[in-house]
Amino acid sequence: MSLARLLRSPDAVAGFVILGLLGAMALAAPLLFPGDPLAIAGQPLLRPFQDWALPLGTDRLGRDVLAGLFHGARTSLAVGLAAAAASILVGSIVGTIAGFAGGLVDEVLMRITDAFQTVPGFLLSLALVSVVGPSLGVVVMAIALSAWTGPARIARAEVLSIRERDYVASARVIGMHPVEIAFREVLPNALPPVLALSSVIVAAAILTEAALSFLGLGDPNRVTWGGMIAEGRAVLRSAPYLSVIPGIALVLAVLGVYLAGEGVVEGTAARERQA
Amino acid sequence: MHAPIRGNASMNRTFRLLKRRLVGAIPVLLIVVIGSFLLLEAAPGDAVDAYVASVGGDAGMIEALRQGWGLDASPMTRLAAYLWALLHLDLGHSVAFSRPVRDVVLERLPNTLLLMGAATALSFALGTALGIVAGARPGSARDRALSIGSLALYAVPGFWLALVLTIVFSVELRWLPLSGMETIASGKVGFARALDVARHMVLPVTSLGLIYLALYLRMMRAGMAEVWRMDFTRAARARGIGRRRIVLSHVARNALLPLVTMLGLQSAQMLGGSVVIESVFSVPGLGRLAQEAVGSRDTPLLIGIILVSAALVIVINLLVDIAYAALDPRVGASEASA
Amino acid sequence: MSALLELRGLGVRYSGAATAALEGVDLALAAGERLAVIGESGSGKSTLARAIAGLLPRTARLHGTITWPGLDHPARNGRDIGFVFQDPGSSLDPVMALGDQVAEVAHANLDMGWRAARRLAVELLDRVKLPEPAALARAYAHQLSGGQKQRVAIAAAIVARPKLLIADEATSALDTIVQAEIVALIRALVTEDGMALIFVSHDIGLAANLADRIAVFRHGRMVEQATTAALVARPRTDYSRALLVAHLGLEA
Ligand SMILES: Nc1ncnc2c1ncn2[C@@H]1O[C@H](COP(=O)(O)OP(=O)(O)OP(=O)(O)O)[C@@H](O)[C@H]1O
Ligand SMILES: [Mg+2]
Repeated sequence: MSLARLLRSPDAVAGFVILGLLGAMALAAPLLFPGDPLAIAGQPLLRPFQDWALPLGTDRLGRDVLAGLFHGARTSLAVGLAAAAASILVGSIVGTIAGFAGGLVDEVLMRITDAFQTVPGFLLSLALVSVVGPSLGVVVMAIALSAWTGPARIARAEVLSIRERDYVASARVIGMHPVEIAFREVLPNALPPVLALSSVIVAAAILTEAALSFLGLGDPNRVTWGGMIAEGRAVLRSAPYLSVIPGIALVLAVLGVYLAGEGVVEGTAARERQA
Repeated sequence: MHAPIRGNASMNRTFRLLKRRLVGAIPVLLIVVIGSFLLLEAAPGDAVDAYVASVGGDAGMIEALRQGWGLDASPMTRLAAYLWALLHLDLGHSVAFSRPVRDVVLERLPNTLLLMGAATALSFALGTALGIVAGARPGSARDRALSIGSLALYAVPGFWLALVLTIVFSVELRWLPLSGMETIASGKVGFARALDVARHMVLPVTSLGLIYLALYLRMMRAGMAEVWRMDFTRAARARGIGRRRIVLSHVARNALLPLVTMLGLQSAQMLGGSVVIESVFSVPGLGRLAQEAVGSRDTPLLIGIILVSAALVIVINLLVDIAYAALDPRVGASEASA
Repeated sequence: MSALLELRGLGVRYSGAATAALEGVDLALAAGERLAVIGESGSGKSTLARAIAGLLPRTARLHGTITWPGLDHPARNGRDIGFVFQDPGSSLDPVMALGDQVAEVAHANLDMGWRAARRLAVELLDRVKLPEPAALARAYAHQLSGGQKQRVAIAAAIVARPKLLIADEATSALDTIVQAEIVALIRALVTEDGMALIFVSHDIGLAANLADRIAVFRHGRMVEQATTAALVARPRTDYSRALLVAHLGLEA
């Protein structure tokens, strides 16, 4: 899509600016704050804008809030992107197989999808983390475990409509193997609508990661915004900023993902209308 | 001939639909149960460990129990035993509470239902109403403002909103209680007690419901924009129908249908969301119970909660299907002749 | 007979369109007169019909004047103008009972209570010759055939006994037999109520069958108008002649 069209929508521009800033924060975190963000940096409960060495103050244990914010951006974005990528990958494969194979395979796969949509996703994530134990990889898996169903349904619907088109028929005629047809001819064409969903999935993944961390089920060796919010809860009366600041970062991140995603989808739709 | 214009046709239609959905729910539930079984198997310790940990007992007794409960049998037999127990509504034994999982879960369920019901009512009513205001004139200033506002709201995590609302309304303004379901040992009864519970529920319901309010608003607005493009709205204008009636009785009425479906789909998500909200506000419901189960590594309890939640989601979706069939005369029409 | 409607130099340009969809149209319609508007696809027939009924998109620009000498007030949709659309399937709300869709027109235009409006709706469904009108009033659009739906749409259009009925390709989506039935119905209703009719069609045969006068459109301009007899006997433009020949050729 042309950059010019994207830039015409102020919402999309705002979204990409926010995402750009967060991405820069995530990348710059180890450069600007090379120390362990979980280490003590100063006196505890220092308010924001008091000490320019610690601009956003410190938490109950004297950890640097700004450093936490930067390193938290790293975790949030990494988990969000990884979980979304995993869900889309798994979902597209399941959906493609279901739609392409049809019959009993389709029936079984779709009932499994139904089952995953029936169980509250967050409870499923909770169960997995609690059984396997919290680490970044497990959190990513736990989120993907409940998020792959959306992409699977859309991929299946797309595959069903693409399956009968000419280029698939001709691939069949020249004797391509069904699996090859499914993944070389059908899946790439079914992917765009699935990807249109990706901003929603990334946003949901960021929110789920935050909620898990908030409940103390995030990776204990990493700073997360959800964990920072939970940490600030203990001193909600005396130092509300400790919960408010990382929360604002979280809202901005999710908003940025939505705005950018909507901008891309609208831009693509506009291009298709013109074509 | 096109003749099915009889009164009880819609009853039959609903009944057929219900039957099909119920039959369809069986394999889904079975898959959920098998998944739960696998998770239980994966967790360290088994049901006997759980039982003994809470009730006590020596090695001999553990061995006897294992045999008695069939836990030394093959996985297939154990799955069969698990299914058999579930059929008798036996969800196993909770370590943390030293009680049957079923009793603990049933005790907490009503509070969650109250919370979810109120949050759904709030978000659906306000969300559709604001969605109608926005969608009545697509592209108007009001539409733009509501659209941006709802997107911002849609990005706010419930647990953080809960904390911010607490800071404002409980800590600073002191208008609303900080947490809990009702004032402890207040001795209130009847209406006074209901009012007390309501005051306690304001913040949890708001925190849980606002994100869905934003969702319903956005769906309503988008749906109305789509209906406006349909011929029958122009036809209504050509027939001299007033704008107000076109907006409410035609455009909003048609745009409402996908929202009703969403109501069912959202129920699973809202149950998940209630975990954090109930934890923040110490509401003794299913969600908080799940957190407690995780905290005390009580896997049987957690699995029990998941199973009950899944059953609840299925029931809610059935109710939504009935409501939808009542709202959309086209449902099941294609199979009416069959 | 006095004029009901007069168009002077009517032109319409849709936003973003390079050329005008309608240009320099002068046309008068007497009360009770039946006018057919014919022309190829894209010639501006629907644009004309919508301009008269004030149903153009808000972004479309209109030139010239539309006056209603036959009315002592500006024409109102539903009350003075009845409009029947091409696609009977999509001009009815799929989730509102058919009787209610007719009744709401009575309620809106005749200052009628809902109870009376519903009664009138059943009468009207009977008048457009639908079977079992009382039961049908409680049915929904998907339960009807295309022809039946179009009858309901016609009932909704004539509720308030408008002075003018506009039918924009009201029969094009129907098969030939049903087409003839709907044309017969429109003819009967127009005669009984003394309504003027603008019948938009690309089928010169149907038009000739129904109308006193025919206006031929091409590329947004009215290329010819004449009484039906005169136009069929002695078309003055090659275009009208071509339309006639094409039609007769089909007949032969
Ligand atoms: N809403 C609109 N926006 C922009 N252009 C339009 C719109 N409606 C019609 N047009 C254009 O105006 C011209 C006249 O269209 P109109 O619908 O009046 O033709 P018509 O004679 O009714 O054709 P048909 O027989 O296909 O119904 C066409 O070129 C059409 O593309
Ligand atoms: Mg037309």
